[in-house]
Amino acid sequence: MTDRIDQDGIKIGMWLFLYSEIILFGGLFVLYAAYFHRYPEFFAAGGLELDRLFGAANTVVLLVSSFTVAASITALRLGKKGQCIGLLLFSLFCGVIFLVNKYFEWGAKFARDLFPNSETLTSGEPGLNIFFGLYYIITGLHGIHVIIGMILLAVSLVWVMTGRINANRFSMLDNSGLYWHLVDLIWIFVFPLFYLVL
Amino acid sequence: MTHQDQPHLLSYWQLAVVLAILLVLTIVTVGVSYVDLGFFNVPLALAIACTKVSLVLLFFMHLKYEGPIITLSFIGTVVFLVIMIGFTFWDVAFR
Repeated sequence: MTDRIDQDGIKIGMWLFLYSEIILFGGLFVLYAAYFHRYPEFFAAGGLELDRLFGAANTVVLLVSSFTVAASITALRLGKKGQCIGLLLFSLFCGVIFLVNKYFEWGAKFARDLFPNSETLTSGEPGLNIFFGLYYIITGLHGIHVIIGMILLAVSLVWVMTGRINANRFSMLDNSGLYWHLVDLIWIFVFPLFYLVL
Repeated sequence: MTHQDQPHLLSYWQLAVVLAILLVLTIVTVGVSYVDLGFFNVPLALAIACTKVSLVLLFFMHLKYEGPIITLSFIGTVVFLVIMIGFTFWDVAFR
């Protein structure tokens, strides 16, 4: 048996996994849609508590990081290993910025007594409670995916440095990139749904 | 695996143009959110989001250059989502 690696098959497998992730977040968006329909004014009120510029900054950070990840693959395949490594490092740095922003955002909410099971939310309007419940679940799950994506990119970075990923064999980097772009896609929808619905 | 069937490669320049469009759309969607268009704010924000998502999918994720298996299975997933979200919302909206 020859030692052939089916790069196309590996890619198809990754896309299948991405579909499951899309449907996972899709289900959460269904919840959002149903409750938004029921409590539109409270969802708008909840949206006002969120900082649009913070959200926009995070959107820009992820979009740029998607670009640098895609560019890192181009770099590798053009034989520019150094550029690939630099671009991946920058992408990881973008992930760190995103998570730090998330820390500040959530921290600001906690300080205003707007967290799951807080007094303000449990004794207040159910619509506002549901808005923030969905906010923490969806942005939290998204944040976990950012961390997973960063781990995948970090592993890819190490393998690029050691040569295990190279111009002839780059499925790991390709697939890690796809996962990272998915994280970006989800945020592109999360941003208007939570920050711009006012 | 011969070099003939190496997948299509996007240049830095092409990727940068896509990024520029994405950043412009982000500015537009934030700017529009400060303008009160009543009912239209949400569908407009979602429409811009769909455009951005399409750009990331087609170019950063290479979907434009993939074969039928990936393209069709992706469209199938979208159809699934449309049914899941659309029909649920359709039910909820008319209760």
